[in-house]
Amino acid sequence: MSSTVQQFPPFREPQSDHAHDDHGHGEHHEPNFWQKYIFSTDHKVIGIQYGFMALCFMLFGFGLMLFMRWQIAHPGVPVPLFGPLLAKILGQPAAGGAISPELYNSFGAMHGTIMVFLGVVPLAFAAFGNYVVPLMIGAPDMTFPRINMASFHAFFLGGVVMLVSFFIPGGAAQAGWTSYSPLATTIPTNGQAFWLVGMVLLITSSLLGAVNFIATIIQLRAPGMTWMRLPWFVWAQFVTAFILLLAFPPLEAAGVLQLMDNVAGTSFFLPTGLAVGDQLVDRSGGGSPLLWQHLFWFLGHPEVYVLILPAMGIVIEIIANNTRKPIWGYKSLVYSSLFVGFLSFIVWAHHMYLTGMGQKIATFFQATTMIISIPSVIILTCMFLSLWGGSIRINTPMLFALGFLPMFGIGGLTGLPLGLAAADLYLHDTYYIIAHFHYVVAPGTIFALFAGVYFWFPKMTGRKMNEFWGRVHFWCSLAFMNIVFMPMFAQGIKGMLRRMSDGAVNYSAARVPNAIDALPGSVMQLNGVILWAAICLGIAQIPFIINLFWSIKHGEKVGTNPWGATTLDWQTPTPPPHGNFAHEPHVVRGPYEYSAPNHATDFTPQDEPESSSAPLNSNAHH
Amino acid sequence: MEIPYTVQARPDTGLYNAKLGIWLFLASEVMLFGGLFSAYVLLRVGAEPGMWPHGWLNVTLGTINTLLLALSAITTLLAWAACKVRDFTKFKIFHACTILLALTFLGIKSYEYHDKLIHYEIKLNNGTFADGHLVEKSPDFDLAKKTGTVTLHGHIVTDEKELMDLRSPEAKSAKHEEVTVAATDIKSMGNYGPRHNTFTAIYFTLTGLHALHIFGGTLVIFYFWAFGGAMWKTDPERFTNRIEVSGLFWHFVDLVWIFLFPVLYLT
Repeated sequence: MSSTVQQFPPFREPQSDHAHDDHGHGEHHEPNFWQKYIFSTDHKVIGIQYGFMALCFMLFGFGLMLFMRWQIAHPGVPVPLFGPLLAKILGQPAAGGAISPELYNSFGAMHGTIMVFLGVVPLAFAAFGNYVVPLMIGAPDMTFPRINMASFHAFFLGGVVMLVSFFIPGGAAQAGWTSYSPLATTIPTNGQAFWLVGMVLLITSSLLGAVNFIATIIQLRAPGMTWMRLPWFVWAQFVTAFILLLAFPPLEAAGVLQLMDNVAGTSFFLPTGLAVGDQLVDRSGGGSPLLWQHLFWFLGHPEVYVLILPAMGIVIEIIANNTRKPIWGYKSLVYSSLFVGFLSFIVWAHHMYLTGMGQKIATFFQATTMIISIPSVIILTCMFLSLWGGSIRINTPMLFALGFLPMFGIGGLTGLPLGLAAADLYLHDTYYIIAHFHYVVAPGTIFALFAGVYFWFPKMTGRKMNEFWGRVHFWCSLAFMNIVFMPMFAQGIKGMLRRMSDGAVNYSAARVPNAIDALPGSVMQLNGVILWAAICLGIAQIPFIINLFWSIKHGEKVGTNPWGATTLDWQTPTPPPHGNFAHEPHVVRGPYEYSAPNHATDFTPQDEPESSSAPLNSNAHH
Repeated sequence: MEIPYTVQARPDTGLYNAKLGIWLFLASEVMLFGGLFSAYVLLRVGAEPGMWPHGWLNVTLGTINTLLLALSAITTLLAWAACKVRDFTKFKIFHACTILLALTFLGIKSYEYHDKLIHYEIKLNNGTFADGHLVEKSPDFDLAKKTGTVTLHGHIVTDEKELMDLRSPEAKSAKHEEVTVAATDIKSMGNYGPRHNTFTAIYFTLTGLHALHIFGGTLVIFYFWAFGGAMWKTDPERFTNRIEVSGLFWHFVDLVWIFLFPVLYLT
């Protein structure tokens, strides 16, 4: 009886205190829609839930950005097509369909927040991690399936709170995704309080997820899956989980303190004698604005590695699979990821060179920042060297993975001047920095995430996504991403500041012809170029969206292991049933045994028994 | 499907899943309270000279609360040990003590909060300060309309700094009596709530968050205490693990208090 019951209904802990089965014995219990898709404890369903939500949020965050780009290119001009809609939904801040500076600010703050905390991290860490990690290590599920479900629900609630904040009087948070105090407390909107409550929920979600991931990787590895046989993707997720576990709580502390500032009238981050609009603020003062920045960036910088490590993990898996040879420098990759994880905790103040925290501190953080580039370069070098001498198989996942390499390279190398205090003083808060971190995250991480979607889609559905439209998606995205972000380097070097709702018109040579270093017309014209490139980038995502949904039903049918991969995630039935593996896998070799000599196929799965290659060996001798 | 190592330890790690999980969770809790303690340090070293309060909290009550939590740590340990030797009655007794001790702690804590919330500092128009516990506001008291009077049990000082160090001999020898102030004489008035200054702010935040942890821990322990009988009968090992894991959390919360007490009460 137990085997049939355990087949399908949502996971229930054996002998749990209130799980007495008093409905029909042996009856095949089909889970209803709610049990299957909303209150599921299956890591694969939760992974897909995360992935779907994250993709929706990313599209939404992208939409906010389009409105901002319109405002930058055409300050004060009503938004075409969507303007009346915006005015209808948001009222006063979008009066006449134009974007007011307040609305621009809240779109800016929410674009950053949504993209980082509701888009990329949930997709990279929670979605791919949830779906793939237990499969890769040969586990039946996560260690704590119900906590896993709670994690998604906290994430969902956090997202709802963030979205609701657009509709409250005064609108959503306007102090940037970094929410610097005292600005975050003195702006007259409750949006910031919503932002903070939303963040506390999201932090709770990632905390539950991180505990679950680490415990799963430590406890539920299949027999024979030693640490050095883990696919590097698992290592990357492992380090990421530790970063989330230890770096997020200080931001939660900061969030609680800022919430007290905003709601209970305390002065944690408000200095003595703070005046707003020539009026002394009725607060005790005595707080420290710098304290917020320290606590924020203590999360904020490790967060960068939360964004990039899972993406690198995806790229490594796809490169190994499509070059059909072992990844170059597996051990270097493992130790580099650990080193990055550790060092990411002591570089945070390189975001604060301009705050006047002192040169000695700046020098320290400048040194650690230069040091952390070493393991990152090692990882990227391993990726490049893995391509060397490979007979590379080009398909959509591989194209995105290959696109990741130079794009992340540009993002990483342009970060070096920002890590050096002297150069950063000039470049800080300009469009240069926007270009830099978007190169890391947008054509960097997001390309890797697209690669992951195309790569694991056959595992999730049993069908491949359309190859032609996948390539259209890739080439158009690559072209327009670069047209969007490359000009921003030039704008930033010319001194164009970020966070200006008028697109820097007030600093243009056209407006102030006699000013020294006024922005020339050529720099201002780039705003128009970027706007149209961004719109085209949006259009380039349409093939992806259609392809994603169309292929679920109509994609090319494939077997369990269409890419000929070695890792355990491809040695399960497709899509994997609840409990994942028909038999507990026994791992006998490393993760990247491609093109092993004397083997019938050019890949040797991690759990293929040793003996099966032996007769083949003797065959070769005959 | 069954998740491995939910009850028995995995041989190579020596841990069952929940034990590893709770240690990871506690690591993140260390970072949470670590962030708040470093906020405390930065606020304190950044305070203007003479403006960081000393002796504002009742050391006797703080000491009693410390002892209560220390005792509850012992009863928690004994409750787990009782489960280990399969003595459910003893478990019931010890964890009943834990719950009572925790509730007493919370009771004392709320009394201390109440004491701060009825403690007022009034800035008077003549530049002096009336400071003390609220005795009564006259029925027509309205600061905005400047009507009525307010009566405090306390004293009037000329410099706010005199209110900062209550451990000083001057502060200890100050005579406290009923002081009645007319609303027309009042410039501003506020209690010793979180917004009073950065000390009360961090005091309420730290102890409030800690009290929430105490409350949550008590709820969990109460749940096992009241409804754990069924699992005890079917799977005592699993139940014992749950008591161990909740006990680890409880010890952590006690430990946080061991840091909070000297930092807030004794310095």
